[in-house]
Amino acid sequence: MSTNETLFDASEITISMGPQHPSTHGVLQVKLKLDGERVDDAECVIGYLHRGVEKLGENQTWGQWVPTLDRMDYIAAVSNCLGYCETVEKLMGVTAPPRAQYIRTIMTELNRISSHLLWLGTHALDIGAMTVFLYAFREREEILKIFENYCGARLTTHMFRIGGTQYELYEGFQDEVKTFIKGFPQKVEEYETLLTENRIWIGRTRGVGVISAKDAIAIGLTGPSLRGSGVAWDLRKAKPYAAYSDFEFDIPVGEHGDTYDRYMVRMEEMRQSCRIVGQAIDKIPDGPLMAKITKIIKPPVGDIYHSIEAPKGELGYYLVSDGATQAYRARVRPPSFVNLQALRQMVIGSMVADVVAVIGTLDIVLGEIDR
Amino acid sequence: MPEPWTSPLVEALKAKFGDQVVKSYSFIGQNQIEIKKDRVLEIMMFLRDYEPSPFSYLVDETAVHWPKDESFELVYIMYSFAANDRLRVKCRIKEWESIESVVSVWPTANWLEREVYDMFGIRYANHPDLKRILLPEDWQGFPLRKDYNFRLQDVEWVRKHLGIESGQKYYVAEARAEAGDYVTPQD
Repeated sequence: MSTNETLFDASEITISMGPQHPSTHGVLQVKLKLDGERVDDAECVIGYLHRGVEKLGENQTWGQWVPTLDRMDYIAAVSNCLGYCETVEKLMGVTAPPRAQYIRTIMTELNRISSHLLWLGTHALDIGAMTVFLYAFREREEILKIFENYCGARLTTHMFRIGGTQYELYEGFQDEVKTFIKGFPQKVEEYETLLTENRIWIGRTRGVGVISAKDAIAIGLTGPSLRGSGVAWDLRKAKPYAAYSDFEFDIPVGEHGDTYDRYMVRMEEMRQSCRIVGQAIDKIPDGPLMAKITKIIKPPVGDIYHSIEAPKGELGYYLVSDGATQAYRARVRPPSFVNLQALRQMVIGSMVADVVAVIGTLDIVLGEIDR
Repeated sequence: MPEPWTSPLVEALKAKFGDQVVKSYSFIGQNQIEIKKDRVLEIMMFLRDYEPSPFSYLVDETAVHWPKDESFELVYIMYSFAANDRLRVKCRIKEWESIESVVSVWPTANWLEREVYDMFGIRYANHPDLKRILLPEDWQGFPLRKDYNFRLQDVEWVRKHLGIESGQKYYVAEARAEAGDYVTPQD
């Protein structure tokens, strides 16, 4: 049996996971070096979705680039839009009016919930819990309906403009949002009954993909992935933007830095987002939606870095202006790109099946990684 | 307008590295230091371990192409949890020069530097794995350089790997010729 001998003799095999694989959440290829079922090394191959977003930014006017940005992290398009609009405003020395700030905050938080819901559904699906997906998408649909009523789009929303927001709130917006946030915390409880104390779920997530706080900072992890390791750092608190300084909310943190802790952090974050929306919805100030800005946007010469807490982590924009109608250099600091880099050290030494769990727990979106 | 800015950190840097620090200034409340490229690794090491506000988290590393003076400006954005403050360190190199990699200081620089190499063609010395990250290995040209035209494509690559004509009339030489008179208002 010479074939069997070769099989047993080979101590290491290399397999390629993806790019067409449902649990890679897009077109991510991971090359795995395996010893039996143990992962010895892993390498990510990315770039399948590269569309040259940064080059486009240097060849479109400041305002024209915004719809393109919605197509980076397409499940949290509102955050992308907010981050960029605020960066340009800061460079121009303009502040959006309070009413716009509140609308921005509410929409971004709703978007955070919908992004976390999609993460929850697909992450659980990857690990084998089918039911949660159906529940999570039920609530996500409610949020997408609100977005559709507000701006006509569900995913790539292009909701804000440089200087404020374009659309006035529609009639019945407040009631719809209030109904949603009233019922939502119970829905989170419902998801938790399916997972939090589920023995299979705990078995698949506890102690999987562990990363210490020190390593997490060194590798540049941000967002819930960093907070899962016990670092209470959230840009909404550290460097408040939009109207976040007006609201009270907590930053949930984990202890062990494993997949289970990151799951708990995101679940709590959904509740906290609900809390923020609840505080904001009754206090939306009256006033204009747009600050006074010129029709043709020409920020002064200089450069700026501004970042916001997107659902996945720190989403930053570094813009260089030479005083023209388009950016001289437009750089996006995508959270998923930097977070995915941690995959290698998180999976080495674990089982093949855990790779799927770790990809899920990092909550990546390939549109943003490849840009 | 950028305003001159100084702090104990800048003083400490100047005391330790002397003329390596070109200038320090602040623009819209964002602090920036310009350094020379020779001792970049030591300076970054110093900033990472600086007490009382160590810049333990490298937020971003990127580059800006300034073809007028044939140089790249490397931009390091770092954050200190202790001070809750960011710092931007800039370093100019000529187009043909290479720079020391900072992967040994912050592991997160690994992919960020690969992306800069991919997009600008800047070579990092002592980088553990310097290769393209977003574009295919055998792609010709560096897209985020200013002389790489917006419509430019590696026509050969498209023909070879996709088996189609890319439909782009632009070739590298033509695009170079067109971008030749690119003048930035800052110069």
